Formats: sequence, structure tokens, C-alpha cells
Amino acid sequence: MHDLPTPEQLLTAVARFLRDEAGPALARHGDQALAYQARVAANMVDTVARQTQLAPAADAAECQRLQGLLGLPAGHADAADLAALNHRLASRLADGSLDSSHPGLADHLWATTLAKLAVDQPGYDTFQRHAAPPGSTAP
Amino acid sequence: MTVLVDGLSAVLTPPGAAPVPVQAIQRLSGGASQETWAFEAVTATGVQPLILRRAPPGAERRGNGNPGLVAEAALIRRAGAAGVPVPAVVAVLQPAHGLGDGFVMERLRGETLGRRVAAAHRPALAWQVGTALARIHAVDMAGGPALRRTQPRAEVQHLADWHARHGTVRPVFQLALRWLADHAPADVAVPALVHGDFRNGNLMVDLDADGGQLVGVLDWELAHLGDPMADLGWLGVNSWRYGRHQRPVGGFGHWAQLFDGYRNAGGTVDEARVHWWQVLGSLRWGVICESMGEAWLSGAEPVMEKAAIGRRASEAEIDLLDLLLPRPAVS
Repeated sequence: MHDLPTPEQLLTAVARFLRDEAGPALARHGDQALAYQARVAANMVDTVARQTQLAPAADAAECQRLQGLLGLPAGHADAADLAALNHRLASRLADGSLDSSHPGLADHLWATTLAKLAVDQPGYDTFQRHAAPPGSTAP
Repeated sequence: MTVLVDGLSAVLTPPGAAPVPVQAIQRLSGGASQETWAFEAVTATGVQPLILRRAPPGAERRGNGNPGLVAEAALIRRAGAAGVPVPAVVAVLQPAHGLGDGFVMERLRGETLGRRVAAAHRPALAWQVGTALARIHAVDMAGGPALRRTQPRAEVQHLADWHARHGTVRPVFQLALRWLADHAPADVAVPALVHGDFRNGNLMVDLDADGGQLVGVLDWELAHLGDPMADLGWLGVNSWRYGRHQRPVGGFGHWAQLFDGYRNAGGTVDEARVHWWQVLGSLRWGVICESMGEAWLSGAEPVMEKAAIGRRASEAEIDLLDLLLPRPAVS
């Protein structure tokens, strides 16, 4: 058993150092470019923390939706392979055998993309307009 | 640095005249193949703030179909002659200068940071931008530099191939590629000069002038010949609105203002094409993000920020959904 702080807490400490200490110190030394890089680094650490927290549930839900969309039986070799399922969906959208009128497709793509943005860039305006407000339950 | 300073002095000194001193030289940006420098020349009329854009001697030329710096200088001069606000090209580097390919231009005063330009509604600026675009698209290219030619359907294929080379799996990109192929407008009969990267961020704006004034159109390195509506669509891509999605023109203006300025300068707007190019533009931004992530993953450009930008491809995915499978916002 590992001791505290948890990985999430360690990441919080690193992000806070980069954002609140290293970045401003670099800016005070006149190196605006490096100060900017420190902010980028802090944001990347935050991304890792969000992915660790959010990805397991989001990936499981995505997997389940893809099985339904693609009509794969639960015992199929690809049924639990998220990359393989996405590859199948991408191929079917590319060859037109599945299109935007397919029931559930729009909802699936929105749910999947919102889950990505929640990790990659929760501050992005299109995400903010379409994400369920914090505290509300998903529709 | 001494080589650069002496070389620039030689570039700016007329034959037989006393050397023009060069000072305050500072690297602004650039990768391995292209550099941008700010400096000052001390001339009889005073201190002149200037910009050098160059590919240093021996720099690897990327075979990306870009016109190159010498052609870029020629394009900026043609655009300026056609009434487009641009920085004046002061000198083009010659082989004898030993500084590589490039040119020296005046350093304009103004704001290029997209977020600041988008901070307010600037109707006059949107109109001026429309006027500038119409003038670019009317530039007479007879006898001009050789440029890449493209057409709508060819651009879809180009993006499909580029995305495929990254080996990433993105259903939303496939949906967009399919939509673009199914809705591609006809090839244009007479390809026009297209700036190729006309967006908030590449526009120099005087924010002190009443409501904002367009001072210069910058970054001509992606110029090519094609459908002029491509520039209008790219300008409308949500990523260049800096959070002001309700103002589709760079976050500072509305379509009607841009279109009015464009028509007033003799241009013809095809709104369906503009929309199609906006969809293509969002996809293009996503593939560009992917390519930066790929440059980091492959080790070609081991710069931390490239890895971060790789994760911004999802920003293009949500904007593509917003365009192709729109649904009401929740907030």
C-alpha cells in the first residue's frame, strides 16, 4: 500500500508550483516565453489529473454505446476493445454504411466528444455551452 | 548575431553610401526552417523599426507547397499595390548578403493578440476586413510568383490523406470528411489569390483608433490560388473567436458587416460556400493539431507545447458537431 499524498494530490502540488511559483518567477526575470511554457506545463498536469479521474467511467459508457450502435454481441472479440470499436465506427462513417441519420449516432458522438473536452479543455466555449452544468445529472 | 547585424546593414545601405547602423535586434519566433527578428535601422530620417523574415542559409526547405519567402515578399507588394493594408517590404535578401532567403519589412504598430482584438464588438473592423479580403481576391496575378493551386474537392482529399497519415481514429473527422465530400461546391472557374491563413491573430489592429482599425494583413506563407470563399470560411472558424462565438467574424464582428465590406469593394459573396469552407476550416484546424501532436510523438519536434496542442484536436471535433449535428445549448 502506498502512502499519502495520492497521485492526484502530487499532481495538484506540481501544477500549483508551476502556475503560482515557477511561472511568475520566470516572468519576473523577464523570460515571458518560459513563463508561458510553465503555464502550458501546469495545464498539462491538470489534464492528466482530469483524465485519471474521468476516463474510466467515460470509457465504459462509450464502449457500451458503441456496442449498441455497431450491433456487436457482448461476446464479440472487439466488444470490449474501445480502439477497435472506434475504428469500426470511423470506417462505417467513411464508407457511408452508417450516416448521421442513424438512431443514436448524434447522441453518441456528442457524449463522447463532451467527455473528451471535459479532460482536454473544459474551458473551451463550445464545451461550456453544451456541457451539463455542474451538479445536474446527465440527461 | 554579428553576421546578422552586419548583413542587415549591408542589405539596407544604398550602394556607395555610409553603412546604415542596425541595433536592438531580437528574435521573435520561428522554428528550425524559418525565423522572425525585430530590429531597428538608424537612417537619416530617424530610427526605423523593422522586421526580418528569413530562412537561414542551409535551412532545410520543407516541401509543403508553400510559396517561400521571396514569393511572399512579392505577394505582399502586390497586395499593397491593390490597396490591402500590409507592412511595406523594404528589401529582399540577395545571395550576396549571405543571410539566406527572406525579406525586410516595416514593423507596424498595433495589436495582433486575438483575445484582445475579440474583446469588443468592432463593426468597422469587420467591414474593413471584408474590404481587404475582396482586394486580395482581386489581385492581378499575371506575371506573379508561381503558387500552389487548389479546389474545394481537392482540399477534402488533401485533409483526408493528411489525417490518415497520422493514424489516429476519429469518427467525428470521418463524419466531417463524408459531409464535405457530399456537399463540395464546384471547382471555381478562375482561381483567385487566397491568403490561406486569414484569421484573427494574423491581423494587425490599431485598438486605439475608433472601434479598431485594420493596420496590416500578416503571415502570407500559406498563400495559394483557389476559391476566394476559403478565406471567409477560415476567418469564421470558432477557434479564432476566442470565446466570443456570438460574433462569428474573429470574435469581433458579424457576417453581415464582413459581407457588406466585401461587396462594397467589388467582391461577390457565396454564403453557402463560406459555410462549407468554415466546416472544412474546423476540420483543418483539428488535423493541424493532430500533426503537431504527431510531430512530438515521432520525435521530430520534441517541444512540450506540441504535445499539448495535440490534445486540442478535440476542440475541432466539438465545433464540427456544433456545425453538422447542431443541438440546443444548455447554458
